[in-house]
Amino acid sequence: MDDLFAARSQMALSLGFHIIFACIGMVMPFFMATSHYKYLKSGNPLYKDLTKAWSKGVAIFFVTGAVSGTMLSFELGLLWPEFMLHAGPIFGMPFSLEGTAFFIEAIALGFFLYGWGRFKPWFHWFTGVVVGISGLASGILVVAANGWMNSPSGFDFVDGKYLNIDPVQALFNDAWFTQSLHMTLAAFTATGFAVAGIHAYMMMKGKHVDFHRKAFTIAIVFGAVAAVLQPISGDISAKDIAVRQPAKLAAMEAHFETEKGAPLILGGIPDEETKEVNYAIKIPGALSFLAHGDFEAEVKGLDQFPEEHHPPVLVTHFAFQIMVGLGMMLVGLSLLYFFSNWKKKQWQSERWFLWLFVAATPLGFLALEAGWTVTEVGRQPWIIYEIMLTKDAVTPIPGIKYSFFIFTAIYISLAAIVAFLLYRQIKAVPDILEGEKEPLIDSKS
Amino acid sequence: MLYVVIIFLGLSVLLYVILGGADFGAGIVEMFTSSSKRDQLRSTTYKTIGPIWEANHMWLIITIVILFVGFPPIYTLLSVHLHIPLALMLIGIIGRGTAFVFRHYDAYQDEMQKVYNLIFVYSSFVTPFFLGLLFGATVGGQIDPEAVGFYEAYIHPWFNFFSVSVGIFTIAICGFLASVFLVGEAKRPADKQGMVRKAKGFILFTVLSGGLVFGASVVDEVPLVGLLLRESITIGILVLASIAMGLLWINLGKSNKAFPRLLGGFVVVSILSAFGYHYFPDIVITKSGDNLSVFNSAATGKPITTLAWALLIGSVFILPSLYYLLYSFQKDKSFSKE
Ligand code: HDD
Ligand code: HEM
Ligand code: HEM
Repeated sequence: MDDLFAARSQMALSLGFHIIFACIGMVMPFFMATSHYKYLKSGNPLYKDLTKAWSKGVAIFFVTGAVSGTMLSFELGLLWPEFMLHAGPIFGMPFSLEGTAFFIEAIALGFFLYGWGRFKPWFHWFTGVVVGISGLASGILVVAANGWMNSPSGFDFVDGKYLNIDPVQALFNDAWFTQSLHMTLAAFTATGFAVAGIHAYMMMKGKHVDFHRKAFTIAIVFGAVAAVLQPISGDISAKDIAVRQPAKLAAMEAHFETEKGAPLILGGIPDEETKEVNYAIKIPGALSFLAHGDFEAEVKGLDQFPEEHHPPVLVTHFAFQIMVGLGMMLVGLSLLYFFSNWKKKQWQSERWFLWLFVAATPLGFLALEAGWTVTEVGRQPWIIYEIMLTKDAVTPIPGIKYSFFIFTAIYISLAAIVAFLLYRQIKAVPDILEGEKEPLIDSKS
Repeated sequence: MLYVVIIFLGLSVLLYVILGGADFGAGIVEMFTSSSKRDQLRSTTYKTIGPIWEANHMWLIITIVILFVGFPPIYTLLSVHLHIPLALMLIGIIGRGTAFVFRHYDAYQDEMQKVYNLIFVYSSFVTPFFLGLLFGATVGGQIDPEAVGFYEAYIHPWFNFFSVSVGIFTIAICGFLASVFLVGEAKRPADKQGMVRKAKGFILFTVLSGGLVFGASVVDEVPLVGLLLRESITIGILVLASIAMGLLWINLGKSNKAFPRLLGGFVVVSILSAFGYHYFPDIVITKSGDNLSVFNSAATGKPITTLAWALLIGSVFILPSLYYLLYSFQKDKSFSKE
């Protein structure tokens, strides 16, 4: 394993890990605030128990998100010093604003978790909303930083020097909006389906069905609305990169040769040697239409770019297919949910219906990881698109693979512990509801 | 505007050492507490730092962000040459933060608690050690950007007597801060006495390890003692710190809670500012003497101005709410006392 590959793997692992916790940290506060709102409006204690049960879980996810994020801010330098030396001052603006957002989030979370019975109910509710909004703001900001790597702006690149830096312009780069929009929706989709799936499973077990149905409903409504909007936003992203990063689009679509009326390739195995895609279904003209809104438009293929600047086609293409495939499945499930709500309420208690949602628990997160793979691997070999190569950015220190192994072990253990803790939280829910155990957040104090 | 950024940089380091340090110190004190008393100590720790620990570690992140946006050569040079201790510190941070929350939020309080406690205590120890070691290495003058060998470039800069001694000193400071703070939290007289004893132990440890740092600087030929003693301001600050330490020794355990805490904070602030004043404006002392200072490595132009504005605007939001958070929980504790 060479150092560059080890560094890339470590970065991918850390981000892939962080993103899960970050999404939950961004979205769960909204679920909790909804449930809390219903409690304050209706006085139904089940909503209060739900808010508390969720917030206990969130504290665990939150700390894991915070430590993995802290790691990332060091890793940028530990792995990519040459990149940070130049990029730091340019794309640093979102990070410095993010500092404020995190701070507000952390403070509001302190208020929210420890505030039961201490503050006026609506102030307490409000602190929960603040957690969500500032979490969302930090997510959008950091994705804008990633957008800058895809679509660098806010400086002049002259003879290898970065001049006339304007961090505000760098923040509002061409990619920030499409990426942030798509990412925010993805966070709601992924978390919504994951949470709904867990509660659907609990409903199937037949205990405290009322409690779990309330939880399921809140989560799935958020998730389903976002899932339905996702393809629209994805289409905007695709049209956008067709212009900004045609090499990425070509890799996503395994589109080797420039052509007019380009077909959309579904499935298949791209062969980077022969530049052909085997076993694929081709829909004539569809790619031209998706990328440029015209069945006859010319779509740039990889042949327009020097070989050494091709992104890995196989990984990018597969990841893209996985994302879109899963996205469509989630749209289907969302429509099913809306339909049942409208016409067939009784389905929502039937086994097959619940099973479908249980089965969909991980799908949103899988789509999200696949989507990031598309964006990040599709940007290769550039770390700053068409400005700096990833291989020129990597740290000079040898032996990065050991660091990769150690951090892999750490992440695996953390993931295992979090799964274990979550399992125990869920197991404890009946105790909470039956009042055998004091469920309060501050039970020890 | 550069000065605004420099002030924020100094302030975040200072706040991280004080607030984060007291936080790590709680774990260190736990290590030196007999197992029968640990449970109670844990719940006190939890009550006092629980609501704010998330906010505490934000100071570290702010420091890092200021470094990479405002002073990228410093951030990258340290990341490259101090890669190994930085990674080790990160492992400590992960263990510490997660164990602290997991042990409280686990739905069942069973055998797993032992595992969390173990991780919590050890990482509370390891993290400040590497933090201090990193400080030591940054100013120790052993970083050599031209070095070619693995050992010279990536090990020697931090693996030396001076850096290790600063690491030990940092552990002492953290234990010192936490124990002085916790004296005020103890309710029963017996607990209080125990805590006072511990605090005195940590005062001694701090003084001794401070001596060790000076000794090490002589052995490793880090020009510290000579220079510190040549500047009247640093001498003044250190004399004040010693007086405060003496006063603290006498006042520990007296009924006034706030005074010893203030003294404790003052001691640490003055030690840090003596160092800061001594080295200013240099941050990284290199072997060749081409030091990196806050002036020669600062980004110029808009990045600095926008960073300064982001920090200023951020603090308008953050400081009042942080204050209110601390205030609410301080107030709340006092009336919930049985
Ligand atoms: C729940 C997750 C999820 C789902 C269902 C989808 N996506 Fe997605 N997609 C993401 C989660 C995601 C992501 C992980 O959030 C990415 C990575 C970077 C970004 O901005 O969003 C992404 C990136 C991404 C990109 C690359 C953007 C860029 O590099 O700037 C395109 C073109 C699409 N998506 C298109 C789609 C389409 C046409 C979908 C149709 C169903 C779709 N996505 C569903
Ligand atoms: C959380 C969602 C993200 C995921 C899952 C993700 C995933 C990845 C992956 C898979 C790679 C390796 C690509 C390869 O080498 O083939 C990578 C590289 C990288 N990413 Fe991301 N990324 C995410 C967001 C970000 C953001 C927000 C930033 C910065 C602001 C960022 C910065 C980097 C850097 C610096 C590299 C290393 C250089 C490179 O390989 O291009 N990533 N990421
Ligand atoms: C698409 C990518 C990312 C998204 C959407 C994202 C979002 C978030 C969110 C919402 C949080 C707060 C919630 C929580 O603590 O659980 C968080 C935490 C954090 N993230 Fe990320 N992040 C991303 C990538 C990154 C990268 C690349 C870095 C660093 C360079 C980073 C640094 C941090 C830090 C330092 C924290 C901890 C803040 C705290 O203590 O609350 N994140 N992230």
